Amino acid sequence: MTVPISWYLILSAVLFVMGVAGFLFKRNIITIFMSIELMLNAVNLSFVAFSYVLRQLSGQVFVFFVMVVAAAEAAVGLAIIIVVFRNRESLNVDDIELMKF
Amino acid sequence: MFNEFFSRQDLLLIKPAVLLALFGCGILLTDLLHERRHKYLNAVTALLGLGFTGVQLALIQRAMSAAGYSEVSGFSGGLVVDGFALYFTWIFLIATAIAILFSVRYLEVENEHHGEYYALMLFSLVGMYFLATAMDLITLFIGLETMALSVYVLAGFLRGDRRSNEAAMKYFLLGAFSSGILAYGFSLLYGLTGSTNLRAVADALVARPSGDPVVYLALITTATGLLFKVAAVPFHQWAPDAYEGAPTSITGFMSTAPKAAAFAFLLRVFLVPLAPLRPAWEGLLVVVCVLTMVVGNLAAISQNNTKRLFAYSSISHVGYMLLGLVAGNETGLKGIAVYLLVYVFMNLGIFTVLVALRRKDIIGDEIEDLSGLFFKNPVSAVFMLIFLLSLAGIPPTAGFLGKYFIFLSLIETRHYVLAVIAVVFVVVALYYYFRLVVMMFMREATDPERLNISPGVAVALAITLAMTLVIGIYPEPFIRLAAGSVLVPFR
Amino acid sequence: MPGNYIPILVFLVLAFAFPVVALSLAALVRPSAQSGERLTPYECGIQPVSDSRGRYTVRFYIIAMLFVIFDVETVFLYPWAVQYKALKVFGLVEMLVFLAILLVGYVWLYKKGALEWV
Repeated sequence: MTVPISWYLILSAVLFVMGVAGFLFKRNIITIFMSIELMLNAVNLSFVAFSYVLRQLSGQVFVFFVMVVAAAEAAVGLAIIIVVFRNRESLNVDDIELMKF
Repeated sequence: MFNEFFSRQDLLLIKPAVLLALFGCGILLTDLLHERRHKYLNAVTALLGLGFTGVQLALIQRAMSAAGYSEVSGFSGGLVVDGFALYFTWIFLIATAIAILFSVRYLEVENEHHGEYYALMLFSLVGMYFLATAMDLITLFIGLETMALSVYVLAGFLRGDRRSNEAAMKYFLLGAFSSGILAYGFSLLYGLTGSTNLRAVADALVARPSGDPVVYLALITTATGLLFKVAAVPFHQWAPDAYEGAPTSITGFMSTAPKAAAFAFLLRVFLVPLAPLRPAWEGLLVVVCVLTMVVGNLAAISQNNTKRLFAYSSISHVGYMLLGLVAGNETGLKGIAVYLLVYVFMNLGIFTVLVALRRKDIIGDEIEDLSGLFFKNPVSAVFMLIFLLSLAGIPPTAGFLGKYFIFLSLIETRHYVLAVIAVVFVVVALYYYFRLVVMMFMREATDPERLNISPGVAVALAITLAMTLVIGIYPEPFIRLAAGSVLVPFR
Repeated sequence: MPGNYIPILVFLVLAFAFPVVALSLAALVRPSAQSGERLTPYECGIQPVSDSRGRYTVRFYIIAMLFVIFDVETVFLYPWAVQYKALKVFGLVEMLVFLAILLVGYVWLYKKGALEWV
């Protein structure tokens, strides 16, 4: 029995929405960051599903690149987070408010 | 070396990017050898790299015109060099060169003179080149991330400065978020059309029956990601914080080269793969344009930080430029091209003056820091006045030309209401630019210290002022250049 | 054919029943001595010296970042290795260019002292 494509897409959409919700509602930078990674993984899932249905590889190639981009983002993001933490000893986004209107 | 995967033409097309990447890597390595007081050599290397890239670009241009091609494509259609790509790449190169010129002094004042700064600028240029030339969703995405990741790091370049940390943090989180949304939109476009090539996507979208909800979902997510990148309201919240906290030289850079690249990206995506969906996105874009002009201009009025003020002013300029896309005819697209070129010069001019204001103990980015500039340094105050008039769009400065074509295109396409709104906000913009002028010319100087203008800053000022005036007074050649860059909308 | 699922049902019932039965039997048999001493955490029988949620030194994060970057690059090596024959010399040159770029990054890291443990 094969799983229909729509199931993968629904799962991907659910993961994506979870990522967006996490980004909007979480207050810890690391958690926000993980939500972004979740969004990218949702993207990967839908690319792989489409690639399988369409029987072509470009979707999977895109997934490779999304993975690499996610890794690069993780490195840059962690570096920024470390610097922020060193200078203010907190990772709560509500504490990061030097600049407001 | 050349075979069915890689032709001579492919090599020619990526040469500019290869050169930039090589020089970037070279700076990373040679920086390890330079002593502290010789760090300016990195800037020289970077400018050299830009020069070589410019020559390469000119060679490509000459080869194209000699063979009579209007566009050359390579990598099985994944990369296209056309008038549009060349025009935007020139803008990126010039903006980066000017930014490098005034960065040297700024980094010395901040005592953060590292070679990585220039290397990252060149790496972000590589990304921009691919944003302007790519014809494939994958290449576009990689180009975008190459540019964005470099600029995130540059925004946080002052490691000891909390505001710079914050700027990098906010820019990074919102940038990564918008990239995620954009990638989701791309995945849906790929699934709907079965191809990652922009033209094939457009073909397949034409063939699809209209009213498919998934098509709209793909459109909304892609458009959201793109509008985030150009900082259009309601996706603009990152811009004021990132612009205020970033090092001043990087704020100048960020508001020009990466912004032009984001625009190239947006135009390419809206005019090729999403062109068949124009009826669906046009209304959306009108709302975004009006909101962007309203919020950008009104929020700029109450700012007391110059960098933050120019962040909102830059948001409002995005609103004007997007109007050209709403009109969508040749005049409108030409208007966007002219506007971006002009905007690069006038905005970099402003930031050159702001960089010159920065001293050891004066940050120079509060509006008060401009007070009495005319009595301290009349030349830079007059320069600033001209740049401000140009930003407001007063003839005979270049800024007028950009707005002129945008308004003309709106009238040609019978968007009278939009044209009226745009004109009204020009007046609002005059008000807050004038606040700065009053500060410079009518207030006593709060500190008597003279401005220290380094050679790099002087050259940057001269170039930006000359171009702001020349484009305004003798616009014909620039209009012709911009007309050559117009991207013919798909079908 | 629901009949085929009966073993699974039996297995499920057993799986849920086993911990319930075992735990309740143990509760009946064991001596009840809920003294304060038994509830304290311990490390190999010794009193703990610090909070278990201690902070790691930031070096771990930096090494982890570097690892992630250099690790993910193998993603590009696999497709190349699979298509090695088809890509011929072009693939080899391309991969060498790719590795040369990585090498620049590595040299830079090394010279900056990012790999030293301080």
